[in-house]
Amino acid sequence: MPQFVRLKEKSRPRVTITVDGATVEALEGDTLLTALLTNGRRVRESEFGDGARAGFCVIGACQDCWVWMDGGERTRACTTYIAEGMTIFTHNPEWPWTTPA
Amino acid sequence: MAMDDPRVVVVGAGPAGVRAAEALVKHGLRPLVIDEAPLSGGQIYRRPPPGFRRTTKELYGFEAAKAEAIHRTFDGLTDVIDYRPRTLAWNVQDRVLYTACDDVVTPVSFDALLLATGATDRVLPFPGWTLPGVYTLGGSQVALKHQGCAVGRRMVFLGSTPLLYLVAYQYARAGAEVAAVLDTAPFSAKVRAVPKLLSNTSMFVKGLYTMAALHRLGVAIEHGVRPVAVEGDDAVAGLRYRRRGEGEVRIDCDAVAFGFGLRPESQLADLADCDFRFDPVFHQWLPQCADDGRAGEGIYLAGDGARIGGADAAEVSGELAALSLIEDLGGGPGDKARSVELSRRLSSLVRFQAGLAGAFPWPADMARSLPDNAIVCRCERVTAGEVRQAVQRPLGGGCEINRAKAFSRIGMGRCQGRFCGLSSAEISAAAQDRDISSVGRLRGAGPVKPIKLATVLDE
Repeated sequence: MPQFVRLKEKSRPRVTITVDGATVEALEGDTLLTALLTNGRRVRESEFGDGARAGFCVIGACQDCWVWMDGGERTRACTTYIAEGMTIFTHNPEWPWTTPA
Repeated sequence: MAMDDPRVVVVGAGPAGVRAAEALVKHGLRPLVIDEAPLSGGQIYRRPPPGFRRTTKELYGFEAAKAEAIHRTFDGLTDVIDYRPRTLAWNVQDRVLYTACDDVVTPVSFDALLLATGATDRVLPFPGWTLPGVYTLGGSQVALKHQGCAVGRRMVFLGSTPLLYLVAYQYARAGAEVAAVLDTAPFSAKVRAVPKLLSNTSMFVKGLYTMAALHRLGVAIEHGVRPVAVEGDDAVAGLRYRRRGEGEVRIDCDAVAFGFGLRPESQLADLADCDFRFDPVFHQWLPQCADDGRAGEGIYLAGDGARIGGADAAEVSGELAALSLIEDLGGGPGDKARSVELSRRLSSLVRFQAGLAGAFPWPADMARSLPDNAIVCRCERVTAGEVRQAVQRPLGGGCEINRAKAFSRIGMGRCQGRFCGLSSAEISAAAQDRDISSVGRLRGAGPVKPIKLATVLDE
C-alpha cells in the first residue's frame, strides 16, 4: 500500500526509474519523494536504528528524505525531479552498518 | 559603498522577494535574485512543474488572482534582473553572500542584501512523529499543490494554525478522505480573538468560509485536543489523542499532517549579524528590523522570514524594504508617499497576525508533558529525556540552549534545528522551571543547509 495517493494531474507521461535495483513506475514531473511514496511507505532508514523515514517537510528543509544516486552522491528526494532511467538507492552505499541485515 | 553601480542582492522569489525586485527595477536597479526553487512564487504561490494542467483557481483558490499577479510580475522582470533559480544562499560573511548551484559555489559581494527567505512549519513533537506518514501541514499542502498527491489515503489534520483548516479543506475538496481535523486550541481562544481578527474582514470571512465548508463536507472538527501518540509499527496506522476533560480516543488513519504556525527562516539574518529578540506574541525569537525593513547597515528583511505575516504582508513588506534600500543607497528619497502608504497597510496586517496568534495559540504544555523517550530531534535521534538531562548538568546559572546542544547534540543535525529548536527550548525551559525567553535560541551557522564539502573546497 503506497503512502501518497494521486488525486490530480494523473494523465502525465509515465517514467521508469530504478530503486534499490527494482523497477518503479512514476509520472513525468514527479519528485523522487512522490515517485517513492506512490510506490511504498518508506524513503530511507534512520541512521540511529529507529526505523524507516518517509520525509517530513516536503519543502527541502528537514533533510529527512535523503537518498543516493547511482554514483554514490546524496540527493534530497523532495527537491529532486525524476528522469527516465534514473537509478537511486535508499540506503547509503558507503555506510553499510546503517543497513539492517 | 559603490554608489554608481551598487550590487543589490535579493534572496527569495516568493511574494516578498518578487515585490522587492519589482520596486528595485522600477528605481533603475538591476538586482541579483537568488532562489532555491526552480520556479518563482515561493511556497505559497509555488508553481507546479511543466506539464501540469490545473488552473490557478484550482491551485490557489481564493488567492488565485494574487498568485497570478506575483507570477506575471516576476516573469516580466527576468530580463532586467540577474535571476538565479535553483541556487542556495548558504552563508553571509564580511558582506559576501555565498551561493551554491549544481555544486558550484559563487561568492557574491553586495552593497545591500534584502532577505526574503520565507518560513517553515513550526512543530512540536509527540511520540511517533518520525514514523512514515507524518508530515508537516505545509508539506502536505505542497504535496497536493505541487504534485497533485495526498500524503495519505485517510488523513488526520492536527495543530493550531489557520493552515489546519485551509489544508484540510483543500484535501477534502480534492477528494481525499479527511478523518478528522483536530485543533489543539480551545474554541474559546478563537472567540476571544474575534475583535482583533476583524481588522482584516476579508481574511476573517475566508477563514469562516473554510471552517463552514469543512462542516458542510461532513468533516469532524474537534477543539482543545492534545495528541498522545502516533500508532503504527513501520508507518502510521492511527492516532491516539486526548479530548478536553475526557479520556483518550484512537482514530484510524494512514497519515497525520500537523503544524503550529510558522517560524521564519532567519538563519541568513543571523549570519548577517541581525539582532534577535524574543517576541511574546509570536512566542519565538525573531530577527529585529524596523517596520520599513531596515535591519542593519545594508541589510533588509521582508516577508515571513522576518516576522510571520502571511503572503499579503510579505508583498507589502517586500516593496517597503526595497524602498528603504533605495533611499539608503543614495538614489534619492525613494518614494516617501508610497512608503507611508505601505507602512500603514503593513501595520494593519500585523495587527491581524497578532489576532491569529491569539486564535491559534502555541501549545507549549505539549513540550513539558512529552515523555522522556520521545524523539525531539529527528536528525540525531535525541530524546526529550536527553535534553532534560543536558540542562540539568551543574553549570551554575542554568543552562541555555546552545550548551544543551553541545551536551546532547540537539539541533546539531542536518536540519540545523529548524524542526527541534523551538521545542527543545520549551523542554529546556520547563525542565529548569524558567521562562522560555531566558534559555536563548539556537545560533545559526553556515552552511544553512547541507552542501557537499567538495563544493566548498573547490572554491
